[in-house]
Amino acid sequence: MKLLRLAPENTKFPFMRFRRVSYPFSALLSIISVVLFLNVGMNFGIDFSGGTLIELRAKTGEADTAKLRSIAEHLKIGDVEVQGFGGVTDVTMRFGLQTGGDAAQQAAVNRVKDAIGGDYEVRRTEVVGPRVSGELVQSGTLGVVISIIAVLCYLWFRFEWQFAVGAIIATMHDLLLTVGFFSLTRLEFNTTSIAAILTIVGYSLNETVVVLDRIREMMRKFRKMPTDQLIDVSVNAVIPRTIMTATTVFLALLALVVFGGQVIRSFSLAMIWGIFVATYSSIFICSPMLIYLGLRGDTVGSAPAPVTKPARKPV
Amino acid sequence: MLRFPAWKITSILLMTAFALLLIVPSLLSPAHRDALISHVPKWLPIRTLVLGLDLQGGSHVLLEVDSNSVVKTLVDNLRDSVRRTLREEKVSITGGIGVVPRGVQLRIPDPAERARAMPKLRQLAATFGSGITDSARAPAFDVTENDNGLIQFTVTDAGVDSKVRRAVEQSIEVLRRRVDALGTTEPNIQRQGADRILVEVPGLQDTSKLKEILGTTAKLEFRLVAEPGADPADVEPLDQVDNPGKLPVEKRVMVQGEDLTDAQPGFDSRTQEPVVNFRFNIRGGQRFGEVTSENVGKLFAIILDGKVISAPRILGPITGGSGQISGHFTVESANNLSILLRAGALPAKLTIVEERTVGPGLGQDSIDAGKRAAYVGAALVAFYMLITYGIFGIFANIALAVHVSFIFAGLVLLGATLTLPGIAGIVLTIGMAVDANVLIYERIREEAHLGRSIISALDAGFKRAFATIVDSNVTMFVAAAILYFLGSGPVRGFAVSMALGILTSIVTAVTMTRMMIALWYRYKRPVKLPI
Repeated sequence: MKLLRLAPENTKFPFMRFRRVSYPFSALLSIISVVLFLNVGMNFGIDFSGGTLIELRAKTGEADTAKLRSIAEHLKIGDVEVQGFGGVTDVTMRFGLQTGGDAAQQAAVNRVKDAIGGDYEVRRTEVVGPRVSGELVQSGTLGVVISIIAVLCYLWFRFEWQFAVGAIIATMHDLLLTVGFFSLTRLEFNTTSIAAILTIVGYSLNETVVVLDRIREMMRKFRKMPTDQLIDVSVNAVIPRTIMTATTVFLALLALVVFGGQVIRSFSLAMIWGIFVATYSSIFICSPMLIYLGLRGDTVGSAPAPVTKPARKPV
Repeated sequence: MLRFPAWKITSILLMTAFALLLIVPSLLSPAHRDALISHVPKWLPIRTLVLGLDLQGGSHVLLEVDSNSVVKTLVDNLRDSVRRTLREEKVSITGGIGVVPRGVQLRIPDPAERARAMPKLRQLAATFGSGITDSARAPAFDVTENDNGLIQFTVTDAGVDSKVRRAVEQSIEVLRRRVDALGTTEPNIQRQGADRILVEVPGLQDTSKLKEILGTTAKLEFRLVAEPGADPADVEPLDQVDNPGKLPVEKRVMVQGEDLTDAQPGFDSRTQEPVVNFRFNIRGGQRFGEVTSENVGKLFAIILDGKVISAPRILGPITGGSGQISGHFTVESANNLSILLRAGALPAKLTIVEERTVGPGLGQDSIDAGKRAAYVGAALVAFYMLITYGIFGIFANIALAVHVSFIFAGLVLLGATLTLPGIAGIVLTIGMAVDANVLIYERIREEAHLGRSIISALDAGFKRAFATIVDSNVTMFVAAAILYFLGSGPVRGFAVSMALGILTSIVTAVTMTRMMIALWYRYKRPVKLPI
């Protein structure tokens, strides 16, 4: 049987030459992400903004978003966002925090349910109060920051410091671009998205570690090779594996996007973007960083050593 | 590479068999599961996978103890005690006992009286509100005294903390009794953080009833309706449930709901209206008898959570220790009230700060969607591995199947809850487990290209890839562990599945694949690597 190979064998692709393109390119994307985040912001779900979400399914026929919108307007509960959700029968209603604290939230939910109860089945209700949402933001951010620090410590311990720094810069890059992705696509950002972000961090680190592992191995093997060549050799060696793994994870995520249901779709889409960015950054951001950080500083210093040691030459 | 001891093979096979046995009950329909449980010996632990509320439908309600109301109750009680102490000591004060935001203040102008009262008051403050169960025994109040005779009691932070903590504990007990009375299966009620209580009720459809039952304080009081000409300081106007306008009621509480031993819904024998029949303990029965015999002809207000339910006229002494509350109930509201009264009053007001309810329809849809995604994802990955690695791909796929059953077995064993993000986590680890095999296989190919013999290429492939697998898995595991400790709810479920997947992938993707390849090699003795 002829086996499938996505990556050509024995590639000699000069990856490191692309750092002159990839760095400005990534810098530009990062700046765009920050600008988007600051100016457009994220489409925060009620987990973070507080408020109420009600998912409805029309008992008969299609959901009439226009009618729901007009019903909602009469209830005087502030701006109500009515959106189709998956199929034609499903719709979500979202409205913000009510003035008057937690009790007012509950009252608003009941009024909405009373107003539309007859024609729609209430499939899901989520009410998050202002204090809880604030705490979710805090614990979410804390989770991301602490996991990055913990992983940094682990890498520092296992590898040279340049590797840890390179890995962290690549991870931050992925994080930033994922934030930009959420901002650009308006995908809802909720606690499950935090799970997505942390998984992207994990995946990104996994990719980075696999490449770094090979670089370290090559360093021992080819003691005198210049760093950029060394990295090229290493990346070329792992590229079949990288393509293979990215494809399998992509296939699994594709199944989630298509069949996993509306609730986790934003998670799956973000993850697909994440594996793409993580693969790119492990090769084009993390690895070239080793060149700039002077990975071979000590070896370069000792390279001319034989010249300065005439004593060992047989006379 | 070739030497794979029999004990290793046996233990891997045993582990796999054990994992499969663990997940069998979860795969059966409920009817078959019951049949299975009745046919196997009792000592066999048959456990099923716990599905999260997002999958099976149900309600998740986060309640918060209102610490302001806790402080208010504490301060009010203190004021009563202070008043009693002063009365016992016959100390006169000017201007009454004032309530300030975090305490009370009073003025004893006469220095001699003040000197007499202060030790008593200080002792009161030192012991007030700290029960024998309080481990810290920190005084709940600080007392200050100035030369003008102004004495201030201020609640300490420690006092508030311990009160709130106790209120949470008591509330959990009360809520458990209330929710149990609803008759749903396995509600989960637990403390969360310092002042919150999480209530999870799987499978409940009518959440408004749940919320009503959770949010009601159910403080029942019997007080006399104030007669005209009563001292305004002793009277407070209260809202009425049935009539508009307020009813002036004496502040003094005659009998409290605490003294109830039972409450049952019933019907009034004359009007056939739904009522709630109640029964007092001995103390409450005596008190109720005294009050009703001393106040025949007066109106007796039955007050629930500060609202007058009804105010019937006392026709004669009621000494049997039981009575009846009528107040235009429906059958349902009479039933609800009796549940609340039986379970007792909440020590403090609870507010709902978070609510997530998933209808059973959506839960089922989510399970179906998750299953479909898992099947399709697994099929895609398996097919892709097969066409890329041939026979080695089959080995990887078998390892993958075992890997997934290990995750589910682990979830069953830990009693962890499978949530929707958890399914996402599993689908993801399917991809990650494949990565371990890919790393190994690609390495084997590389080593073979370098001109090694088959056996040494296999050996080197496993050995070299292993270091990378460990590094990358530890990194992922660190992220999953932190996710678990800092996350909550669905994020936690995701972390558990992911961590389990990472751990089991080392066994399956490395050791099991290695075993299969070793056995295959011994049997086939190939001359050329098939990848």
